[in-house]
Amino acid sequence: MSTAETPPPPGAPAEPDRDTRGGRDDRRTGRVGPAPYARPAGLRRRWLLAGLAAVAVAAVAGVAYGPVSLPAGSVAAELLNLVPGVRLDSGLNEREVAIVTELRLPRVVLGLLVGGTLALAGGCYQGVFRNPLADPHLLGVAAGAGLAVTAVIVARGVTGADVTVGLPVTVPLAAFVGAVGAVLLTYLLGAAGGRDRSPATLILAGVAVSAFLAAGQTYLLQNSAESIQEVYSWMLGRLATAGWHDVLMMLPYAVVAGVVVLLHRRELDVLTVGDDEAGSLGLHPRRSRLLLIAAASLGTAAAVSVSGLIGFVGIIVPHTIRMLAGASYRAILPLSVLFGGAFLALTDLVARTVAAPAEIPIGVVTAILGGPFFALVLRTTKRVET
Amino acid sequence: MTGSAPVAVEVTGLRVTLDGATVLAGVGLSVAAGEWVTVIGPNGAGKSTLLRAVGGLLSADAGSIRLFGTPSARLGRRERARIVATVAQSPVVPAGMTVFDYVLLGRTPYVPPFGRESAADLAVVSDVLDRLELARFASRPLATLSGGERQRVFLARALAQDAPLLLLDEPTSALDIGHQQEVLELVDQLRRDDGLTVLATMHDLSVAGEYADRLVLLAGGRVVADGPPREVLVEELLTTHYQARVRVIDGEHGPLVVPVRSGRRPADRPAG
Repeated sequence: MSTAETPPPPGAPAEPDRDTRGGRDDRRTGRVGPAPYARPAGLRRRWLLAGLAAVAVAAVAGVAYGPVSLPAGSVAAELLNLVPGVRLDSGLNEREVAIVTELRLPRVVLGLLVGGTLALAGGCYQGVFRNPLADPHLLGVAAGAGLAVTAVIVARGVTGADVTVGLPVTVPLAAFVGAVGAVLLTYLLGAAGGRDRSPATLILAGVAVSAFLAAGQTYLLQNSAESIQEVYSWMLGRLATAGWHDVLMMLPYAVVAGVVVLLHRRELDVLTVGDDEAGSLGLHPRRSRLLLIAAASLGTAAAVSVSGLIGFVGIIVPHTIRMLAGASYRAILPLSVLFGGAFLALTDLVARTVAAPAEIPIGVVTAILGGPFFALVLRTTKRVET
Repeated sequence: MTGSAPVAVEVTGLRVTLDGATVLAGVGLSVAAGEWVTVIGPNGAGKSTLLRAVGGLLSADAGSIRLFGTPSARLGRRERARIVATVAQSPVVPAGMTVFDYVLLGRTPYVPPFGRESAADLAVVSDVLDRLELARFASRPLATLSGGERQRVFLARALAQDAPLLLLDEPTSALDIGHQQEVLELVDQLRRDDGLTVLATMHDLSVAGEYADRLVLLAGGRVVADGPPREVLVEELLTTHYQARVRVIDGEHGPLVVPVRSGRRPADRPAG
């Protein structure tokens, strides 16, 4: 846009651009009334399409590759067959179709769901706390959910195959209580610094809360040695035993969290100017904040209860989007769902193929990617803030 | 509203306690529609608190605030945001937000909950950018603008709110004198053009007196003087309440307050 290309010297006196007024109407002919000077920030169509494409690629790749590789075209055809009314000949035999629909697809779908939810929750926390470093793990949310889930597992004395066996409600709800408790603790501790707390204060509080909760978890495990193996394999994060029942267990929580957070995407943009100003613009910052924290924590808790502690998705994904597609939460949040899902589905593909037939815990892969990324964010954030 | 001279702001017996400390102890203040009133007073006198209370950002312990005749407590937040627009002392500059998007935030009280801005909202913003000669900055990130330009953008956001009452908390404290004058002239121009009412706080007494119709001197949470600049900016009052040595000189647009150094030189002062 021409107005942006001629930056005046800073502090220039403000008379000389009367002519832009005339230029505005000429620039976009054929429209009634003056056109706005700029398009408001938001979700651009090309980014939405890119996100949908990423999900499609991740889904096809995640289903096609594994111990038995299937042709990508056939997999795409088989996936389209799931759409009611579509009947394509994929050329796969019955066993291969079963691999697609019963083994790999639920795992990929769960990856999309968990990744999308964690990234959305991360983006939401970053907005709510106005802190680019906020992330479900750094805020202690995941540790809180982890402690609660461990408590449930130990209390039930489950030693068998699947931690999520049992009521599909107790584990996510316990995780939710743990998650909300932890994030509130972090918030209160971080708020103790008063008005002039820095972004780092909250993260330090999160570290302290995480350490405290992790100690509680270790204590619980010490007292029930038979659960250690199971809890650890769950903690490292896994989509390995995913079946459709995991997807069904997570889905309602993810949908509720997603809807609440996405409805507030414009409000999160307003909150970036601070509570006072958001209040003077007619919002209820505290109320919105609490609602958003609850929603993001619910989503995180559901993700943690089915897939364990998968770190860094909540920081890598929203941040990359912020750098590429703009700082508006109207772009960051919906794109976080799409790219977060695609990212985790692809990460899971890496986790189960690089060391095949063994699997690397997916939490390890995201941490290997996330550690350096986090360092990068720290560097760039520091540059912006000072 | 009353007949000929409607009252924009009517504050009576306002008491505000923050963290156990009484910040405002029975403040009364009234601002006529279209008037410019500036609240002055030493640090900690309660100027910002008074403005925050009028803006509905904190609740009073006692007293009442009426905005254009309606008790403020009876207004919903969105409703109030269409009546009062505030420019904070040092507004947050969100990273990566463009000038256009920032000014568009001013339309928030008109955007339905969970909705999006209408074409009319975008048109209001474009119009405000035009009036404040900010059009060329529309797609630049706010953070890249100079202090004077930013202050105009903060003002633009408040104007986009389309509210008849403008609260300005130290609108010029971050600016050099040239930009101070530029911004205050702009506010005065807008006030005349749109019939806005302005309630401001300011530190620079001469500047405050030059632009305001009336000054309110706040000290220790009370109004100690209220009147035209000539009646408030007098040596006796300022010496008492600011604990300052000043000389007041007659200026073209009001009294000019000049700080004067005490007779003794620093070397003569007792240590400590």
